[in-house]
Formats: sequence, C-alpha cells, structure tokens
Amino acid sequence: MPDQNLTGTRSTAPVAEVAQAEAGPPPGKPRSLWSDAWSDLRRKPSFLIAAAMILVLIVIAAFPGLFTSASPRDADLSGAFLRSPELTKFFSPEWFGYDSQGRSVYARVIYGTRASIVIGVSVTVIVLFVGSLVGMIAGYFGGWVDAVVSRIVDTFMGIPFLLGAMVILVSFDVRGKLVITLALAVLGWTTIARVMRGSVISVKQADYVQAARSLGAGTWRILLRHVLPNAMAPVIVVAMVALGGYISAEATLSYLGIGLADPAMSWGSDINTGKDQIRVALHVLIFPSIMLSGTILAFLMMGDAVRDALDPKLR
Amino acid sequence: MTETGIDLVKNETAATPGTPLLEVRDLQVEFHTREGVAKAVNGVSYSVEAGETLAVLGESGSGKSVTAQAIMGILDMPPGRIAGGEILFQGQDLLAMTEAQRRKIRGNKIAMIFQDALSSLNPVLSVGYQLGEMFRVHRGASRKEATARAVELMERVRIPAAKDRVNDYPHEFSGGMRQRIMIAMALALEPDLIIADEPTTALDVTVQAQVMDLLAELQQEYRMGLILITHDLGVVADVADRIAVMYAGRIVERGDVREIYRTPAHPYTKGLLESIPRLDQKGSDLYAIRGLPPTLTSLPAGCSFSPRCDRAREICLTERPLPVTVLDAEGAPVPGRSSACHFWKETLHG
Amino acid sequence: MADTTREPILEVRNLVKHFPLTQGIVFRRQVGAVRAVDDISFTLYPGETLGIVGESGCGKSTVAKLLMNLERATAGEIFYKGEDISKLSGRALKAVRRNIQMVFQDPYTSLNPRMTVGDIIGEPFDIHPEAAPKGDKQARVRELLDVVGLNPEYINRYPHQFSGGQRQRIGIARGLALNPEIIICDEPVSALDVSVQAQVINLMEKLQDEFGLSYLFIAHDLSIVRHISDRVGVMYLGKMVEIGSDAAIYDHPTHPYTQALLSAVPLPDPDAREGRERIILTGDVPSPANPPSGCRFRTRCWKAQDRCAEELPLLAVPQRYADADTAVAHDSACHFAEEKPQVTHA
Repeated sequence: MPDQNLTGTRSTAPVAEVAQAEAGPPPGKPRSLWSDAWSDLRRKPSFLIAAAMILVLIVIAAFPGLFTSASPRDADLSGAFLRSPELTKFFSPEWFGYDSQGRSVYARVIYGTRASIVIGVSVTVIVLFVGSLVGMIAGYFGGWVDAVVSRIVDTFMGIPFLLGAMVILVSFDVRGKLVITLALAVLGWTTIARVMRGSVISVKQADYVQAARSLGAGTWRILLRHVLPNAMAPVIVVAMVALGGYISAEATLSYLGIGLADPAMSWGSDINTGKDQIRVALHVLIFPSIMLSGTILAFLMMGDAVRDALDPKLR
Repeated sequence: MTETGIDLVKNETAATPGTPLLEVRDLQVEFHTREGVAKAVNGVSYSVEAGETLAVLGESGSGKSVTAQAIMGILDMPPGRIAGGEILFQGQDLLAMTEAQRRKIRGNKIAMIFQDALSSLNPVLSVGYQLGEMFRVHRGASRKEATARAVELMERVRIPAAKDRVNDYPHEFSGGMRQRIMIAMALALEPDLIIADEPTTALDVTVQAQVMDLLAELQQEYRMGLILITHDLGVVADVADRIAVMYAGRIVERGDVREIYRTPAHPYTKGLLESIPRLDQKGSDLYAIRGLPPTLTSLPAGCSFSPRCDRAREICLTERPLPVTVLDAEGAPVPGRSSACHFWKETLHG
Repeated sequence: MADTTREPILEVRNLVKHFPLTQGIVFRRQVGAVRAVDDISFTLYPGETLGIVGESGCGKSTVAKLLMNLERATAGEIFYKGEDISKLSGRALKAVRRNIQMVFQDPYTSLNPRMTVGDIIGEPFDIHPEAAPKGDKQARVRELLDVVGLNPEYINRYPHQFSGGQRQRIGIARGLALNPEIIICDEPVSALDVSVQAQVINLMEKLQDEFGLSYLFIAHDLSIVRHISDRVGVMYLGKMVEIGSDAAIYDHPTHPYTQALLSAVPLPDPDAREGRERIILTGDVPSPANPPSGCRFRTRCWKAQDRCAEELPLLAVPQRYADADTAVAHDSACHFAEEKPQVTHA
C-alpha cells in the first residue's frame, strides 16, 4: 500500500500504522474508541480540573444545605446591611459579606448554583435529543426531507439567541425554570441539528454503512448501530460548549430581569442587585460573577478537552 | 550504533572516488507516541551520485518516507526527533546547518515530489503563479518573467496548451497533469537532487508510465540524482540503478538493481520478490511472507525480520545482523552490495 | 475451476447506470449525466473468478454497487440463477442478498469502529435470523475468525486494534458468515502492503476452493487479476472493451486499450527493461459525463480512423479470428482488433 507517512492523508502518526504480528501477542485488551478517549482524558490536567469543578458544582446544586447552614433568604437588615467581607481565620460565610438586604452573599451564591446547573443541563439534554433526531433524519434521508428541515433550521438560526429568548419570555407572566429552559431549548436545538446533520452526511458515506446496507440491514438498524454512534462525537463536544452558553444566557436573562427573579435565586439576578451598589459594596457583585464565569469556564474546558480526545486526527 | 558497517563504507568509497552527491550516515529518527518511543529510522546509511537513481524500497512503516523527510528537513518535530547520524549533501552536513541555510538548499538544490499532487498544490493559487513563485522567491524574477518561465516549465513537462493553461487552478487539471506540474515545480530551479516519494502511486497504470518516462528523461538531461521512494517492485525494476531495501527502520539489503532482482541476498527481499503475482506468467500459489511487520516501539531482539523469516535460527533471535559486503561466487566482494542477514550466503545461493 | 457448461450463477445484461447531473436547488433540472456504466453484459459461472480491470473512472466500482443493489440500475437486468434481481426490493431483495456478499476496498473504513469484531462478524446473523446458526452464535463467529486465519480470542477487540491485513480478514469473515455463493471483491488488496497482499490473495483462493465460491474480482492491478482470475473483462469509460479467458486477455489481447494497459505495467524484472516495447498512451481518460462518440477509446488510440468516431464497435469475436480455435478468438470491441505480438512478453 502507499506509504502514508508523508502525505498524512491517514490520520495516524507514521508509526501507529505498524501493527502486531499476526500470530504474535494479542493486541492488548479490547479497547473501544471511547475507552481510548477516556484514557487520554484521564491524563489531561485541563480535563481533570474541569471535571472536578463540575462535580463540585453538581454537588452544590443538589445539596446546597451541605455547604452552608445559613438560609439565603434570611435578611438581617439592621445588622448586616452591605456588610463587607471579613477574613476570619477559618473559612466562614463572612468571607463573602452581605448584600443590601442583609442576606449572606455566600449562601446566595451557593443556593443560586442550582438554577444555573439545572437550566444549563436540562436545556442541553432537550436540545441534544431534539437536535440530534432532526439532524439525523435530515442528514440520512437527504432529498426533500433535508431541504425542508434545513430551511426550518436556517430560519431559527436567523433569530438572535438572546433577543429571541427575551421576546418569548416577556410573553409569560410567571417565568420559572421550566419556562426559561423551554425558551432556550426552542432557540438552541438548531445548532445541534446542524452539526448532527453534517456529521451524519459524512458518516453515511462510510464503507461500513454501505457494508451494512449490502447485508440487507434495515434503516433503523443502520441509523442506530452504525450512523449514530459514529456521528455522536462532534455533537457531544458542541453540546458541552453550548452548555456553558445556556448557563450564561440564563444569567443574562435573569440579570435583565426577564429570567428568574426573587424569590427564585440566580446568579444573574444577584449580579443585577449588586450592580446598584457597585461603588460601595463590590463584593455583592463580584462573588456571583466569579461563580458564573468559573462555571462557564469549566464547561468550556471540558468541551475542549473532550474535543481533543475524540478528534480522530490525533489518533 | 554501528549499523554502517565499516567495511562496507570502505568498499563504496573505493568504488566511487570523490564525495557522493548525497550521503546519509547512520541516520536515526524517533517518534514519541503514546505507546512509547518508536524508532522509525534506526541507523540508515545510503548515498546517491549525480545522474543516478537510487530506489528506496519498503512497505508502510519501514521508515523510507521518514528518511526522506529528514533529508528535506520537513519532519514533524515533535513528535519526531533526529536522534543521531549525518546527512551530507555535497560534503556538508545538513543536520548541522541553521534553518536559514537549509531553506536555501531546499527547493534550490534538493527538491521533492510528493505522492498526492492535489494536496501538495495550493488550491487557491493558479498553477502558473505557484510555478513562478519559485523564480520570484529564489531568483528574484519579475512577475512577467516568472510567468514566462512557468509556461516554459509546463512545456518541458509536456502539458498541452501550456500558454492557455498557465492561469488554471490545480483542480482543473487531471491527476497525471497535476503530477507533471509537481515535477515541473521540483525541476524549476534545476536542483542537483530530487526525492520522489511514491510519485506515481496515485496514478493509473497508463498515466504512471507517462510520468515515470518523463521523470527518467528529465533526470538524464539534467544529470540529477534521484531518490525514488516506493513500494512498487515493478517501478523499481523499470527505472532504478541501485536499490536500498528497508524493513522496520533499517536497510536490510542494497546493491545493483539487476543483481538484487536476480539473486536477492536477504530473505525479506527474496520473499517480497516471490510474493508479487506476475503479469507475464500465471503461477500457482503465491509465496506469502507470514505475519506482519514488527511494532516499532518494541522491535524484536536480534534481527527484526526473524519472526517472519523461514530461515531464522537461534542466532537470528539474539544477535542483530550487521550489513556485510556480499561476495560473488568467486569470493570477490561485489561493490556496493550488502545484506544484513546472518545467512546471506545461503539466501543468495539457495 | 469454472464449469462453463453449467448455467451461469450471475448474468448481467445491458447494464446501464447514469448519474444525473443537476443544477439549481429548488427547481432541479438535469443538465446531463455521468455515464458511469454504459451497456455492459457479462456472465459469472459457479466456482469461477471473473476479474474486471480498468483504470479509475471506468465504472468498475459502480458495477459492484449495482450488483449489490447499493445503487439502482438505470437500465438492464441482473439475473441471479435466472431471476432478475435488479428490480427487487424489500423481503425478496433481502433473501437474495444472503447469497451475494461483498468485500470492500478499504479495510480502514469498511468496519464500524465502534463495534467489536464479534459484533461485526455476527451482524449478518442479526439481520438474517433465519440463517443464523441454531445454537451458539459466538461459536460460529469464532469459527469464522479461525477460517480466515485470525485468533478466535480476538472476538472482543475493536477494528482499530488490528492492522490493515487483519482487518481485511475480518471483512472477509463477515462476507462469509451467511454462506454466500458469490462474493464481489472491490479492490480487496489494493490498500494492503505487498507482503500482506499475498497472504490475503492466498486466503481468498483457499476459501474459494473450500466453499465453492464464485468471485467477481474488481481491481486495477493487472498482475493480481491475472493471478486470481479464470476469465477477465477489461473496462474503459463505462464500456467493456474486451473479455475472455485469462490467456486470451494476457497472452492474446486484440483490443488496443488492453494492449496499451498491459504494456504499461512495469514488470518486476530489470532485465526486461530494454527489450520491451511499450505503448505510452497520450492524454488522459475523457470525462464520463461527455464521452467521445463512437468508440470511447478513439481519442487516445493510435489506430483510430473516421469509422471509430461514427460507429460504436460491438463486443464480439473479431471477424478475422472468427475461425481461429485458439485463445485469440474472444470478444473484443474494436473495429480493428488485431493481435500485437510481444505486448506482455519481453
């Protein structure tokens, strides 16, 4: 066969091409591509940091009570009005100070995590499901199905994300997590659909799909066994990066006052409260902002690390 | 590493006085991979004279292309690393030069032809521009002058209607024509040495014949040295003067093309020659070398070919054979011919 | 070896495949067609190997896809044991597919990277439960691995853990799973290293003897085709230009394209270099979207005359050899078909 070393058309480094002797030692343990990616990820500091951060965030979101005994709604206007952070010897909520209603900023930051994580994750799950399904159908069947779906996707893509979300949300009187989630999902699925469509189009031309067809495999078998598992990787990466985006969208909407609002807790609405006292009490603004940026960063880093691990070009 | 085999070098210099055009001495290239350090080139030595065609024959992973990349200075580093050796071009060690010095040699004195012409040409620039660029960059030619030279070159490689096609883009040419353009580009500055890495592998048989013919003719005309890197035993037999056969990063056999094809002195060469079906005769069963090439990260002790060799004995598993000069029937050394096999004599005569 | 007195197992009649060239997105209109396969007929007999050779773009791979029903023929028929399968669909097509399997060119892309070897070889049984072994499916998969010369212990490994040659063996095992009668091989060894090619070719020959398979062996490497084939067809630009026994094509070619093709193959024999007359064709293969009139080869042919542009030569035994009883009397689609001595032999 042509030596691929120079042209690099095959994705491997020149040496990866060389395999085991036929009758010789068995090629190690069975390793799927996913487990290969996993063993790559495990050694990557950026992934480990991101994973640790996300894990902590999830635990905070699930059990905020474990992290603070204070209630985020306990207001002590007389004693704690905009009290500045105080560095005690050991960690205590005092480090974060109090807001304009005398509530512990630390407690609010902890309790605000849930909204961000829940909305971010649920939007991603919905978008992943709907977008993948639509993208897969459009990509695999092609023809007029693809033409129709692609036009719909294009139409949605034309709507500015935040503006669209604002328009939708304004039409609701009560805007809970569910409404915000749905609003973001309605506008977000097209990104996934587009990536999935492209991915499926390239996978469906692969020889192994042709091989399955020539065996007489049915459409569903081909889609679920052959196309989907091989088309998923780029979609998962995009979804992880998008997750950070959804969290930031939720915060932005809440900041603008058309997302979550008191009594619901959200970093975005806390940042909004904090901005009024920015000159006298910076800490009210700073801590939720740090949490928000940190969270988004964690998901972006995760997406990046996973992209590298799944990228067949590096394999 | 003492792969070079001292007696062998003596023989060669004795046979050809003066410095060769290019001499690779004990070159070692490593790649750092997840599985460990892969020794892609493990003590390779060869030389090319002006006007001569040396074929480097080997399968994928044998290190033949990596050696060429090291000569050209286009090796990806990292993961690659040149761990040792010298590459002498007209007596000067390329590896000891600065990047600026090497750049002057690359394209100017040593040119390369790649397998995949489409991906080697820039798709957004016209062919004439890319050909002319060589003259503008290296020779400081004017735009008009450069275009004129580009047309001239295209005519040299027999592209029909060169004048009309000089402003066409690479994708507008067929595979064979693109490979001609690659050749034209390599020839542009009349280099002393051309390295052709699988130049015709991607082409159809009838076009392959055209391109190889052209290449051989131009080489004779300009008296260039040509290193032809290929896995195709037919192409080698057609154009090469001398051969170096590579296996798992080492040269296992080298010598005159006719001698090697007639009487191979290494079991790997012999096996390769016997394993290809012949167009001019219908054989029964093909001889198949058993097994697969070794993993470069864990080469077997002793001879790398021993796990696949029919002739392997105890000594082959423990002691790595160094290249030795092959002797003819009368016991006289055959100039430039060597084999890295403990049993070369038996292979040669058996 | 082939038994030509028997009924053919596969017969292709006037097969045509045109890929429409369209313009416009909303209102598509056809502006032409790529005539990938243009009126091709041949037969395959039980137990024989029919080689199809030709350069890229000659339509040989499209023929494979048409036979596998991966593409629908524009016109023409494909008879499997007397039944036209080119128009079948659904259950009837699925039943036929059991008997015609395919081995693909690229062992790196023809195996699903996310499935284990066991799943890949066992998939035919999931698709055709009626053909699955009664007892242990795993045992049958292991047996198949053993048949193609792989360690049955590798059943749980993934394709990327194998080398090219080993992967091609896995592809062959998948093709064998349903005990087919015909295997269509599309360039099965062209992606493999020389030393591994021989292993796979030998394996294929062994399997043919063992299971009485018929092969349609599509390749561009004339030497390999000669080695494995009983009969050979030469394609050029969607047409079959010459077909006959391997001796007929390789030792007595009468079509100028075949002669040029054979003479262009470099022989692994440095001593043959000078003595050999080579026909170096000029130019490139014309586009199949706009093929030359009359004989497709005339634009590159040194024998071409006015007649070649006007009249399409038919694939038949040339007049001058009609009475010859040697291999030279075989089908050749050229107005001026004539043997040219010393084309292959230096």
